[in-house]
Parts: sequence; C-alpha cells; structure tokens
Amino acid sequence: MTTETRAQQPTTELGRARPRKEDARLVTGQTNWTDNIILPGMLHINFVRSPYAHARITRVDVSGALKVPGVIAAFSGADFADEQGSLPCAWPVTPDIVIPAHPPMATDEVRYVGEAVACVVARDRYTAADALAAVDVDYEPLPPVLDMRTALDESSPKVHEAGNKSFEWVFQNGDLDAAFSGAPVVIERNYRQQRLIPSAMEPRAVVCSCVGGEFTLWSSTQIPHVLRVMLALVTGIPEQNIRVIAPDVGGGFGSKLQVTAEEVLAMLLARRLGRPVKWTESRSEGNLTVHHGRDQWQRIRIAAERDGRLRGLSVDLLADMGAYLMLVTPGIPLLGAFMYNSIYKWDAYSFRCTGVFTTKMPTDAYRGAGRPEATFAIERIMDELAAELGVDPLEVRQRNWIKHEEFPYTTIAGLTYDSGNYEAATARSRELFGYDELRAEQERRRASGDPVQLGIGVSTFTEMCGLAPSRVLGSLAYGAGGWEHASVRMLPTGKVEVVTGSSAHGQGHETAWSQIAADKLGVPFEDIRVLHGDTQVSPKGMDTYGSRSLTVGGVAVDGACDKVIAKAKVIASALLEAPPEEIDFSAGTFSVRGNEGVTKTIQDIALATFAAHNLPDGVEPSIDSDATYDPDNFSYPHGTHLCATEIDTETGMVSIRSYVAVDDVGNVVNPLIVEGQVHGGLAQGIAQALFEEAVYDEEGQLITTTMADYLLPSAADLPSFTTDRTQTPATTNPLGVKGVGEAGTIASTPAVVNAIVDALRPLGIRDITMPCTPERVWRAIQASRESGSATQPGNGGAR
Amino acid sequence: MTRISVEVDGVRYEDDVEPRLLLVHYLRERVGKTGTPVGCDTSNCGACTVHLNGESVKSCSVLAVQADGSKITTIEGLANGEWHPLQQAFHTEHALQCGYCTPGMIMAAADLLRENPHPSDQEIREGLEGNLCRCTGYENIVRAVRRAAVAGVTTA
Repeated sequence: MTTETRAQQPTTELGRARPRKEDARLVTGQTNWTDNIILPGMLHINFVRSPYAHARITRVDVSGALKVPGVIAAFSGADFADEQGSLPCAWPVTPDIVIPAHPPMATDEVRYVGEAVACVVARDRYTAADALAAVDVDYEPLPPVLDMRTALDESSPKVHEAGNKSFEWVFQNGDLDAAFSGAPVVIERNYRQQRLIPSAMEPRAVVCSCVGGEFTLWSSTQIPHVLRVMLALVTGIPEQNIRVIAPDVGGGFGSKLQVTAEEVLAMLLARRLGRPVKWTESRSEGNLTVHHGRDQWQRIRIAAERDGRLRGLSVDLLADMGAYLMLVTPGIPLLGAFMYNSIYKWDAYSFRCTGVFTTKMPTDAYRGAGRPEATFAIERIMDELAAELGVDPLEVRQRNWIKHEEFPYTTIAGLTYDSGNYEAATARSRELFGYDELRAEQERRRASGDPVQLGIGVSTFTEMCGLAPSRVLGSLAYGAGGWEHASVRMLPTGKVEVVTGSSAHGQGHETAWSQIAADKLGVPFEDIRVLHGDTQVSPKGMDTYGSRSLTVGGVAVDGACDKVIAKAKVIASALLEAPPEEIDFSAGTFSVRGNEGVTKTIQDIALATFAAHNLPDGVEPSIDSDATYDPDNFSYPHGTHLCATEIDTETGMVSIRSYVAVDDVGNVVNPLIVEGQVHGGLAQGIAQALFEEAVYDEEGQLITTTMADYLLPSAADLPSFTTDRTQTPATTNPLGVKGVGEAGTIASTPAVVNAIVDALRPLGIRDITMPCTPERVWRAIQASRESGSATQPGNGGAR
Repeated sequence: MTRISVEVDGVRYEDDVEPRLLLVHYLRERVGKTGTPVGCDTSNCGACTVHLNGESVKSCSVLAVQADGSKITTIEGLANGEWHPLQQAFHTEHALQCGYCTPGMIMAAADLLRENPHPSDQEIREGLEGNLCRCTGYENIVRAVRRAAVAGVTTA
C-alpha cells in the first residue's frame, strides 16, 4: 500500500509528481483554442434550430436572410439533401437495431428542440446571429414523446416511423431461476439515472478550409482520428483529402466523442462557398445540442442468503436514446452490463436493456459511460441488503467481494479481473475516514433526536478501463478496434519527439508520455516533446475516452521506446565493436559488459543514424519506431469511497462533511495528475447526486439551458476531498497501469446518495431521486412523518 | 460606430467599434487577446474575467464602448518578466487540467487576494463562486490560491 505525500518524491521518472508541461501555455493565455483561429476570408456560420420537440417542416424560406447586409449565403436542409448524408452510429448493438436516418440539417421533420433546420453564413458572427431571425420556417407541430416508460405503449406517438424501440440487448449467465427461487432474501428497487449535460468548459467550435479539394478541419474534439474516418464515410470525400486537427481542447468528458452535424456542414459549406468557415456554439445552444448523458430507468433485483451471501442479480434497463442514435449512443448502457456484478461473486446474472427513442437530444458518452449507472444501482441495493439484514454496509460487501488471493477472477459477466485488493483499499479508507467514530457519533445523534442527522455512505467499486481489446469490441458489434498507436522519433540533436494517437484535452499526456519515454530511453524529460491531435502529424490513432489513454496509448509509447532501443542496440554493437548479446542498456547508455567505460548514449546512436557514415551493412539509418498496442484485457481500477453527510431534517439541506476516496489505479506515472483526475471525477459524480439535471418541460422544451439553471457546481458548492491510493499493479500490461479518468465519477454518486439515505433510514426513507435537492429531501421527510413510516433507531429499515 | 481608446496589457489601442460589441469579442477578435476565452453567454462561468481598471469583470458582460478610456489587464498581461505568483501556484498545485477556465480563474483570484490578502479556504471558495471549472473539482485551485496568498500576493 502506498500513502503518497508530496514530500516523498521518487527520483525515477515513473511515479514522479511533475507539474505539467502543458501549463506553460495554459496559465499564460497562449492556448490555441479552435475559436481563436482566424483564416483569410473566413465566414461565420450560425444555425436556425427547431423550437419544437417534434414537428413536420412545411416550408423553409432563407431569402430574407440573404437580404441582410453581410450575409453571404443561407441554406435549408433540403439544399444539402444530396450531399449531407446521415450522421453515423458506429455501434449497432443488435442485428435488428433500428438506426433512423439522421441528416445533419433536418429536411422534413424535427425531433428535438435545437435540431438544425437551416444555416446562415455571414462575414462576422454578429451578422450571422442577426440574420437567423430573417429565416422563415413553417412547422406543423407533432406530439412530443417525452417519457421513455410510456413511449413503448401502442398508444404512444411515434418518434420515427419504425416506432420508439431501437433495440433490446440481453445477457445471461448462470441459472437465474435457481438463484432466486427459494432465496431467503429478495430485494427489488427502481432507480432513476437523470439526464445530464456534460458541460465541458470550452464550447464546441469548428473551422474548416477547403483548398484544391483538400480539407483541413479544426474541431474541439476528443477524436480527431475517428472523426476523420467518419467524415469521409458520411460525406464521400476521400479520406486522404481530409486533415483533422484537434488544437487545444477545453474538456470533453465524452461530449466531444462525437461526429456532429456542425462538423459535417462546416466541410460542405467550405466546399460549396470556396471560403473557410467557422462555427462556435453559444452555451445555451450547447446545452440543447451537445449530446446528453445517462437518462435511464433501472430495475434491479438481487437474491441473497440470510448471511448476506449473494446468489442472483437481475437488471432490466430502459435507456433513453433521445431522437437519434449518435456515434456510440446504443453502446453506452451496455458498457454497464459488465459492471452491475461489480466486485462481488454471484451464482447467476441476467441483464436486459431496451433502447427507447424520445423527442429529446440524443444521449451518448458522458464520463463513466454505463459504468456509473451500474455502480450506482448495485451499490445502492447493497446498502438496502445491509439494512435488510441489519449488518454494516461494509460488512455485507466484504462477505461477497472477490478476495485478493482469488485473482485472476472470471466474473459472472464474463470478464477476467486480473488484480485487485479490495481489503486494502477499504481498510485504508476506513482509517482515513474514522469510520467507527463516525458510526458512534451517528448513533448518538439518532438517539438524541438531533435535527441535523449524520449519514455515512459507502461505495466500493471497480470499473473496466483501457477500452479496449479489439476482439471484445468486435464481439459487441462495435465498428472499430480498441488499439492505440505511438511513434518515437529520435532527432539528430539528441532530442525526442513522441507522436501519440491519444488526443488529450486536459489529461496531461504531454507530461505523462514524456515521463514514460524519459524513463525508458534515459533521455531528459525536458528533451522530449509530445505531438498529438493532428491527423497529418499523428496519422494513426483511436483517440481519448473511456480511461484508455494511459493503459493503451501510454503502453504503445512504452512499446515504441522498446523498439527504438532494440534498433539502437544493433548500431551500438557495431560502434562499440562487441556482439549485441554483450551490450547492456541502462539510463540512456549502451555499454559493453565487463568494460563499462566503453559507452555510447542513445543520443550518440541517433546522431550516428543522421550522419549514417559508419552504420553496419544492411542496417537502415534510423532508430525511429512505431508501436500499435491492442490490449489483451481491460484493466480494473477499484477503490473504496466513504462519504459523511449532514442533513438538516427541518430544511432538507444536505451538506457533505467529509469525503474520503481511496483508489487503486495500479502503477502511477504521475501522482499529481492522478490526484487531479480523482478530484474532478468526484466533483462530477457528487454533482449528479446533489445538483445537476437536464430538465425538459411537458412540451419538450429544455429549461436548463444555462449553467445556472443546470446547477453546475462552483467551488462554494463542493467539499474538500481526502484522497489516497493503494497500489496493486495491473498484470495485463507492461506498465502495470489501470486508468483513472472516470473512477471518481463512478464511485462518488452512490457514496453520496447512500450517505443521504443512511441518515434518513430511521425515518423509513429508502431512496431519494437524484439530484437530491433540499426540496426532494424535505418532501421525503415530510411524507415519511405524515405516513408514520419511521422505524426505531438502529432498525435496519423498511423493505 | 463609436471610437474608443483603451489600454490593454500596457498597449494603447484606438478603434471604431459597434456599440453592441462585447468587450470580450473586442479583446479576442480586434486586439488579438485570445488568451481570454468565452465559456458561456449568460455570465455564469467567468472564463472571460479580466481586470478593468484593476478590478475583475466578466468581459462578456461589458460592452467595448463601456471600457473606453480604461486600462485592461488580461491573462496575457499578468506576467511581468516572470510568471505572476498565481500562475506559478496554479502550475505547482496542478490547479488546471483543460485550462479553459484558468485565465478567468487566475484573474478572479488575483482580485480576490487584492481585497483579502489572507483568505480562509471557505473565503477562497466563496470568492471564486463566479468562476466555474469542470475539471479540477476546485480542490487544487483552492490550494493554489492559498499558496499564492502565503507568498504574499496582493496585487496583479
């Protein structure tokens, strides 16, 4: 177990808390955001968007806009009907899935508020905005479809002609009937995953130029490489004529893992007008039209013995797809399918997910993507089991989790967890939290009838990171692989360029990849530059999402460095006049075994290949190397999070008194970055528990179009966090790393809600729908008092 | 069009602007100060915070014409030969990830420390309430401002 402190700095590159290279431009305002780009003659695009959740378009007249001085062009969807194609869905999860056509600009029907129906192109952004009002669109309103629970009824209006069901995906392992029949304890709960808005701080922006049929597209995207392929497929423009650049990108959280209407149309407009174009969204436009996250109803059922041993697990999901399937929309709830079983041992498991269309913004990846939903439901119901049995929530988990000596362990969901130590993480978390003392205080406050009640929330979790073994993705019908690419270029002056297919947008790859290469090659950290985010510079990549970059992309960097060393060794052997098997490499230097004074540095070898005067016969004058790494397995970070809430039972106000996160992310390249990722993840997970929700009214209008309405938390809304790590290296990759980007988000939401429910359990309350606003908490307390459902203190609570 | 004269990061500019032009767009698109980004259109996020005559303002909520005759400092003008102690503290404490909120956060923090040179953690949190960050969970931002405060930063 490692307890890190900033005073204890390892001297090796791996594990060293280096402040980031990226910061030099970020803290001084020299960042290159897409919206900064100004090209000669560049025009500005703005979109006319549907004010209706569902309507037939009967007429679009752009002629008024064309009369506005400064407007260069204006188009309806029909004007691009022949070339705009359909936005892609790369994850047809079942053979009979319904994937409706999704034109970038609607041509005959709109299916969510904010869907683009026309566009205006003008010399400046203000004129483009002015001219929107001069576009006339006639709509014939159609009934909206807003509740996925009734959308599958025969009587429901249809979002698409084919109906409101997109797919049903099932998984089963073990004898579920046997697990449930005669089980002494069966608990069933329904949980709501509210709709969320990812809210990266940088709004989306796109710039596109088309010169001689060759396109350069700058976009605030997480996925320049995937985007390039998809743009070629959607538009028919040859892939070799498309260059995609993701300059500095201001956050993503999954929301920029997308192929958007605006990107496609920017290309088509640049081609049609022969001028470069730019589009930058406003925040309210973004809240409407950046894909949303989560939005599920979860029915979860467990069977257990009286001693708490788990037998069976059954999960039935309704997942709101929104109006269309976007890049990975239908796959998101399925990523959770492998995580409901969590760290526990089961006899049988069944999972069913039904994807439903509604007239809302499509959902897609948001930090955690399926795994937070799964972890929430299982960790909430584990607390219900503990209450039912009258056992401590940590105790009931411990009776069921995979013990550290049982790894590798193949779960009921079919994944093989390579490593973990749930005992160690839990012990450390208990200690930092002061678990026993807080339980004692809770008892005292319950007994004294304190109006401010204390709740303790537990969340033990794991997740699957490092998306993904390509074969597994293939078996799940995903349209691409899960590998990552890197190349290492040794420059004549001894400096190094690391080219990566990962596409950082805040994660700090420039720093972390430099540490990996510095460690392996023995060159100074400062001598390494990391290049990324431009398909011309970094031609191969699968980009950044799903906590994959270090476990796949970082390992590719490590692998490319190995190849550099192997190639250099052949040349070193010739220059040092000793056979390769007698050449050692350490800390950047080749030496002859037994004659350590005779050396060549790897920089010497790089220079030798530049001159190429004295290379052995048949050896190419380069030690540059590529590696493409396809993981054999996912990685499985885990941890134990504990949250203490204080709830004013008179006002319903919830405040987090303390939060302890002990995570095991395997080996760590840079603890500063890891800690930062955990902090940010916690904030987003806590925000789901307490603050955030995308709310549509009964007409299908989004009413949370600003950050203030959506309740994006500020510093004053969030607690300080206590974080620590245990360190159980992954055995499935050479760096022993596991991924950290989503851990905090996955673990924290159930920890907070469990703490709230724990505080209120003596009142007979066993759930509060998220976000747990003061009003909802207060109403739950009132309802319980009016119904007299309170139980005696210490009682496990009602079923 | 209205003629304005402003000093931005130590350089005087005279420009004709539309009366409705927002200060942030003037700074970004006319003066080229793209270090100050736009994060929202409803003055919630604070990413566009600059100093106007020494006090922090959200430059999306100020018209360029309102800034006529004033002295503006952006994130690009904060360093004086070497990094401002807040820039250094944000770097040291890893108080930024994507960095989009960082210019506004640093400018707001500088103003906070000007008014309250020794804030408590809670005062830092409340003082920065108008600046939203989606990456850091604020923990390291609080640490960075505390570090800069200990170093005795009181002015930009």
